[in-house]
Amino acid sequence: MLFGTRRLPSIEAGHYKNTAAMPTQEMPIPAVVSLSMSENIGAPCSPLVKKGDHVLVGQKIGDSEAFLSVPIHSSVSGTVTGIETMRNAMGGMDTYVVIETDGKQEVWPDIKAPVLEDQPGFIKAMRESGLVGLGGAAFPTWVKLNPKNLIDIDTFIVNGAECEPFITSDHRTMLEDADNVIDGTLAVMKWLIAENGFIAIEDNKQDAIEGFNRLLKERGIENIKVFPLPARYPKGAERVLIEEITGKKCAAGVLPASLGLIVMNITSTAFVGQYLKDGMPLTKKRITVDGDAVAEPKNILAPIGASIRDIIEFCGGYKKEPKKILMGGPMMGRAVYSDRMPLIKNNNAILAFSDEQARIPEESACINCGRCHEGCPFHLLPCAYADAYEKKDVKRLKDLQVMQCMECGGCSFVCPARRPLTMINKLSKALVKEAGDNV
Amino acid sequence: MSDMQFHDKLKVTSSPHLVSALDTRKTMICVLLAVAPSAVMGIVYFGFYSLILLAGCMAFSALCEYGYDRIMHLDNTARDCSCLVTGAILALTLPPTLPLWMAFVGCFVAIVIVKCLYGGIGRNIANPAIVGRIVLLLSFTSQMTTWRVTKFMGAGTDAITGATPLGMLSESGMEGMPDLMALLLGNRGGSLGECCILAILLGGIFLIVKKIISPVIPVSYLSTVFLFSLIYYLVRPEAGYSAFYMALFHLLAGGVVFGAFFCATDYVTSPVLRNGRIIYGIGCGFFTMVIRLFCSYPEGASFAILFMNIMTPLIDRYTIDRYYGITNKKKEGEISG
Repeated sequence: MLFGTRRLPSIEAGHYKNTAAMPTQEMPIPAVVSLSMSENIGAPCSPLVKKGDHVLVGQKIGDSEAFLSVPIHSSVSGTVTGIETMRNAMGGMDTYVVIETDGKQEVWPDIKAPVLEDQPGFIKAMRESGLVGLGGAAFPTWVKLNPKNLIDIDTFIVNGAECEPFITSDHRTMLEDADNVIDGTLAVMKWLIAENGFIAIEDNKQDAIEGFNRLLKERGIENIKVFPLPARYPKGAERVLIEEITGKKCAAGVLPASLGLIVMNITSTAFVGQYLKDGMPLTKKRITVDGDAVAEPKNILAPIGASIRDIIEFCGGYKKEPKKILMGGPMMGRAVYSDRMPLIKNNNAILAFSDEQARIPEESACINCGRCHEGCPFHLLPCAYADAYEKKDVKRLKDLQVMQCMECGGCSFVCPARRPLTMINKLSKALVKEAGDNV
Repeated sequence: MSDMQFHDKLKVTSSPHLVSALDTRKTMICVLLAVAPSAVMGIVYFGFYSLILLAGCMAFSALCEYGYDRIMHLDNTARDCSCLVTGAILALTLPPTLPLWMAFVGCFVAIVIVKCLYGGIGRNIANPAIVGRIVLLLSFTSQMTTWRVTKFMGAGTDAITGATPLGMLSESGMEGMPDLMALLLGNRGGSLGECCILAILLGGIFLIVKKIISPVIPVSYLSTVFLFSLIYYLVRPEAGYSAFYMALFHLLAGGVVFGAFFCATDYVTSPVLRNGRIIYGIGCGFFTMVIRLFCSYPEGASFAILFMNIMTPLIDRYTIDRYYGITNKKKEGEISG
């Protein structure tokens, strides 16, 4: 640290990569799937089917006219039994298309590999594929790959850091789907006319790093490089990754494209590679199922829309009474209120914890130790936000740059007084947004 | 589907859903472990009464905090062990012969007046143990400046009082001064826990390795003491001793090493940001040496730390690290460094 290159601050959050050595198993098609019409950041889709319709695998069942959206495809063949509304994990209400499966998994006849002639054609294919950022943000990929300043883009970064504890699905993608990752990377670089490609992988996944190095050498590809990252949290956050690789600071609200960069999750990239070969839209997702309440933690390939209950049933059911179930990792994942919730595109893990793991720690007073600041990649000051938030001092919150917080959860994790700092940051950001420019 | 039971009442909380193992209580226990070597050496050098003084201070501090919480109908905060740390650090900065009841006065001042009345842990504006010590020094000056010699000094007689090295320096110069090795091992007069520099370093390094404290404050504090005295003795040489020797002497004599590792690093009363910590450490070193060399007190570490404690909010205010520039009124795409 003292003499080497200076890296951004980070924390040691533990790894718990219990399922890293477990090859992906394909989950059988459940009796019922519920497909959310709101699976991306931006506008939700309207259902294109109605009750009683017969649908096939890959058939488009939801779409929207809005710019920031992607269509939704059926992950099964079967009959639509209803269009329902249910509260989602964010607390809002979503529309779901519920399909009773027939088990035949008949494929929509129009599915074929896209023929790409030009850049707009590629973007159109990306929209039709239904792909969103699979790392968790669910940003429509076709929008990301269509920056206004296409000419400035020179670097494409594939994010295989997977810094969240527990999750190993990206790791399995890198091991099981390496060729598609490289094909996808080459395709994106070709259509974006980017000269440099990086595949960023944390150094606790040496097998993936070696695998890619060997594969790139075998295929004679020189403009894609593997970039090992230290295995610390949160190295896989987009803005951290950009600074680690290029040294460029990417403030909140600044599009990476304006710095000449596009960053994409490794599973998304692998999907691009696969889609360009067979044209099958995004209907299945590789996820890690883990946590102390799950009998047989494993990596599985599950149809989108399968309920958490069905997914855990495939993993041996519950070993202990579940008290908390997360969609995503323990640092940034969302706690869901029920295991009825169906899998959505950007989930990469389902973690079920028993009472013991789900206990909410007792909060005590700040002792001013500064760990929240020392662990923050952006040198923010969460302990000061907590004070300012208590006083509703929007000016001070703004001055201390609370809007730069990416809510990675590091400050809450390291706080010895167990204060919910990340939650306070989120509330503070909402407060600042609400006040607008009046302050 | 119908035969399956759903779990509809799961716990929903904001992320993250994991916390580190290190909480406030464990942090405080680590500090207690870190001062243990100094305490053991103090007991070895000054005898059994030191143990009574140490245990008495810790127990009475805990009692004060527990009693205050009970009387004021507050949650019991004594469980976080920070009162034990305050008691232990206060005891270790007292002369080993101080009557127990006087030490209890110090504990009361530290816990009730400095800590609890300001709102408990995290809210005090000055280090409780340091204030407790200063109150005792001003109230019971003669007892607080009566130093027992160690068992291994003098001619085997006990209950002999002597002066601390810094006391000797300010009164009679370097004559009859213990050598640097004796200072390093702690075979000299002084407070209960501040004598054996090696034991203090052991504890300090433990805290740094366990990442309880950052080395910034001790390093900046001690190097300022060293450089300040080096320059002073280069300008005004001490007969028979090199400036380098005198600088080392100032580093090892008195309570500056103990203060640098265990008192100045108190989280609550030291700056949060790294640059602030450097300024704070330099300030502590500077004022320690000013008091030692130009004022009537032979030792100034506690006054210097208290002064810098009070400066801490000011330092924090002016050292804020704005990684993405000063203002938020940035244009899209423009990055200020």
